[in-house]
Amino acid sequence: MATITEPAARPVPQITTHEVARPRQTKRWVDWVLTTDHKKIGIMYLVLTFVFFCMGGVEALMMRLQLSVPNNTLVTSEHYNELLTLHGTTMIFLFVVPVWAGFGNYFLPLMIGARDMAFPRLNALSFWLLAFGGIVFYATLFWHPPDAGWWSYPPLSEALYSPQNGQDAWIFLIHITGISSIVGAINFYVTIVNMRAPGMSWNRLPLFIWGMLVYSILLIIALPVVAAAVTMLLTDRHFGTHFFDPTAHGSPVLWQHLFWFFGHPEVYIMILPGFGVISEVIPVFSRKPIFGYKAIAAATAVIAFLATLVWAHHMFASPVPVVVLGFFMLSSFLIGVPTGVKIFNWIATLWRGSIVMTTSLYFAVGFIAIFTIGGITGIFLAIFPVDWQLNDTYFVVAHFHYVLMGGAVFTVFSAIYYWFPKMTGRLLSESVGKLSFWLMFVGFNMTFFVQHALGLSGMPRRIYTYQPGMGWSTYNLISTIGSFILGIGVLVTILNVARSLRVGTIAGPDPWKGNTLEWFTPSPPPVNNFDEIPRVRSVEPMRDIRRQVERETGVTQRTGGSERFARSG
Amino acid sequence: MRSEVPDAPPARRRRLPRGRAWATRLALGLPALGVALGASLLFAPDALANFITPKSGVSENAREIHSLYMVTLYLAAVVFVIVEGALAYSLYRFRAKRNRVAAQIHGNTRLEIGWTLAAALILVVLTVVTFIKLPSIINPPNSDASGLALSASVAQPTPPDGKKLTVCIQARQYIWRYTYGTDCRNDAFNSKLPYSYTMMEVPEHTTVVLSIQSSDVIHSWWVPSLGGKVDAVPGYTTYTWFKALTPGLYHGQCAQLCGTNHAAMIAYVKVVTPEQYQAWLKTQQQAITTASSQVQQLRQILTSEGNLGS
Repeated sequence: MATITEPAARPVPQITTHEVARPRQTKRWVDWVLTTDHKKIGIMYLVLTFVFFCMGGVEALMMRLQLSVPNNTLVTSEHYNELLTLHGTTMIFLFVVPVWAGFGNYFLPLMIGARDMAFPRLNALSFWLLAFGGIVFYATLFWHPPDAGWWSYPPLSEALYSPQNGQDAWIFLIHITGISSIVGAINFYVTIVNMRAPGMSWNRLPLFIWGMLVYSILLIIALPVVAAAVTMLLTDRHFGTHFFDPTAHGSPVLWQHLFWFFGHPEVYIMILPGFGVISEVIPVFSRKPIFGYKAIAAATAVIAFLATLVWAHHMFASPVPVVVLGFFMLSSFLIGVPTGVKIFNWIATLWRGSIVMTTSLYFAVGFIAIFTIGGITGIFLAIFPVDWQLNDTYFVVAHFHYVLMGGAVFTVFSAIYYWFPKMTGRLLSESVGKLSFWLMFVGFNMTFFVQHALGLSGMPRRIYTYQPGMGWSTYNLISTIGSFILGIGVLVTILNVARSLRVGTIAGPDPWKGNTLEWFTPSPPPVNNFDEIPRVRSVEPMRDIRRQVERETGVTQRTGGSERFARSG
Repeated sequence: MRSEVPDAPPARRRRLPRGRAWATRLALGLPALGVALGASLLFAPDALANFITPKSGVSENAREIHSLYMVTLYLAAVVFVIVEGALAYSLYRFRAKRNRVAAQIHGNTRLEIGWTLAAALILVVLTVVTFIKLPSIINPPNSDASGLALSASVAQPTPPDGKKLTVCIQARQYIWRYTYGTDCRNDAFNSKLPYSYTMMEVPEHTTVVLSIQSSDVIHSWWVPSLGGKVDAVPGYTTYTWFKALTPGLYHGQCAQLCGTNHAAMIAYVKVVTPEQYQAWLKTQQQAITTASSQVQQLRQILTSEGNLGS
């Protein structure tokens, strides 16, 4: 790819960071277990969540295989219900939410010019709680995994209908990962509020950090509610209470309100840091400032507020008065506006830019293309009479995979290709990355676009098999083939990572001409991140530094060699 | 892995077109996707009839939902084309190869306010259309003259003339039970009303109000051709209605995960003429009476023989 092993001119001659190294006294793995360094914890988060991502992916492929043809007997109905519960719970609680904690841990202190998180030990605690929660949950594979779905509606999740202990393991997963996320969220919040570099006022905060800030606030608001709800479910199951038991004047609808009061902010918890990544990646590779910084930051904050007011749009078919349905339709419409504004701003950032087509940008643009579709189908679902037809069908499955798989996961991949050089010092292979992107993009649309049609043809979610002659068979087969293409695409990136770790091109401190302070440090950054923390004068401090160097040296830099991706000269 | 020597001229010359190919493919990929989707709609055979529209056509509420969906779909199509078009165009037009110097624009307040308002305006339109259509979706109309002759009743919801056919649905793992008659709501099992399982038989052109309950976990009643779904939640009674205009057999299925056999919880609605319905009701009633008296006799025999505790 490039002969440059070290950039011709160091992008920032002022970098004067020294590794503060003590002579090694412990074994290497002990270092990792005992570490409180935000970068090591971040990497552990990323590795662990990717293991869970692969497990959730395998579960999804098993379900797709089962549904590929009518009357299939590959998986029994019991196992299918277990698979859908494991898949949903894993992807949400063990992958998308904590993967942002992983990126946040690694890059949040670097981007705001801090030397570590505010509470390094709490940081380690939150990682190990996540690992513990995942182990508790997956240990059920050896007896009886939960099978009432990731939403676990009572009475089905009550002891009478789900007597197995798998359901209790699910409750403890919510508790343990919930504590992990809350501890992490408080840590992020305190770090952002108190430890920014000199000069980094709120209107100079990188947009990824805005995303992480709102992510933290929403976690702090939403998680206690679900913690209360699952505790009530636990006491219902084992200690004789009747919160959700209709035979004793409890209400199953109460669970739905509590669960979705958490569940909908959770959606934004999963996507807002991704929005932040896109808001970093697109300006860097368009060689343009972000279009409408204030609008994007404001939209993030508005989404945080509205996210707590839309929960009942998950309950349009439940016994809820029509006036309530109307309110939640309007609030769901409202939240579409700031989300739409963000999409417009990203496209406007690309507009008249000088776009460098890197893999990271491919994933970012793929995200916009896919997320737009997910946003549009979201409007269909917000119209409650239309939702009466579409709710609980494959149309909904398609919708939320467009926003979460095509949305969150594509932003995660964009972030991987963008930040891998910073974390490891080596670039990922661009050509392999683009192959991975095309496999994922085509596979994704093949899998999920036809699921809209499935829902419109009347196929409900969560059924383990179906009869031939319903008009569903062709769509299901296409969807299954697509899911395997998608799976191969993910695998290609995993292989790319494994290979590039050893043989990838040396990246140098700033391979992309980044805008934010993480590119001011060597790759990978030393334990203390910065010797000297630069003064921040704009949203793009790294660009200012680069300009200043150019002024002082009189040399226009071929920094880090990112020009090679432009293929222009 | 591609060549590691980018500065060698032959390698570069070879790579340039490939680089362009990657970028063009992305730029062309999105419109191509749209064209493919559009084409598949135009040439869709009957088997793919519900590719982008929901089932409807049999009952008025389903029709109204369908037309509301279509309004949304047209607006959505416009937004989709504009947004994805702008995205694809900017990727094609503003690649570093074509556009060497990026314009340093930080924003444009008027433009940003403009598109915020435009987005809001679309949603206002959708809100208005929804609330205009809502009454015809949730309020049942009168039965047609050709429908079943009915007497008035007071249970909710009710068509303007108060006349309707009430069917009570009792959902349980993993079967639907239907009780026919106005009084079914409070006393589905004790009253001597006709009932059936899985297959509901109803007269055409008649407003049928469904009163839905569950006796165990949450289920969801849904026959796509006859309108939207309604959850059956234990402890609650929920309602919906339909007025089938064409005879036929309509398939439906429980739409909320209700346990192991959820996929087998299927419902059929058989729409027949009022005369056929009344005949069927009589046969069904007779069959039930016969069966109950047989059970009664069997119980007496078993009890007298001491094989059944009282």
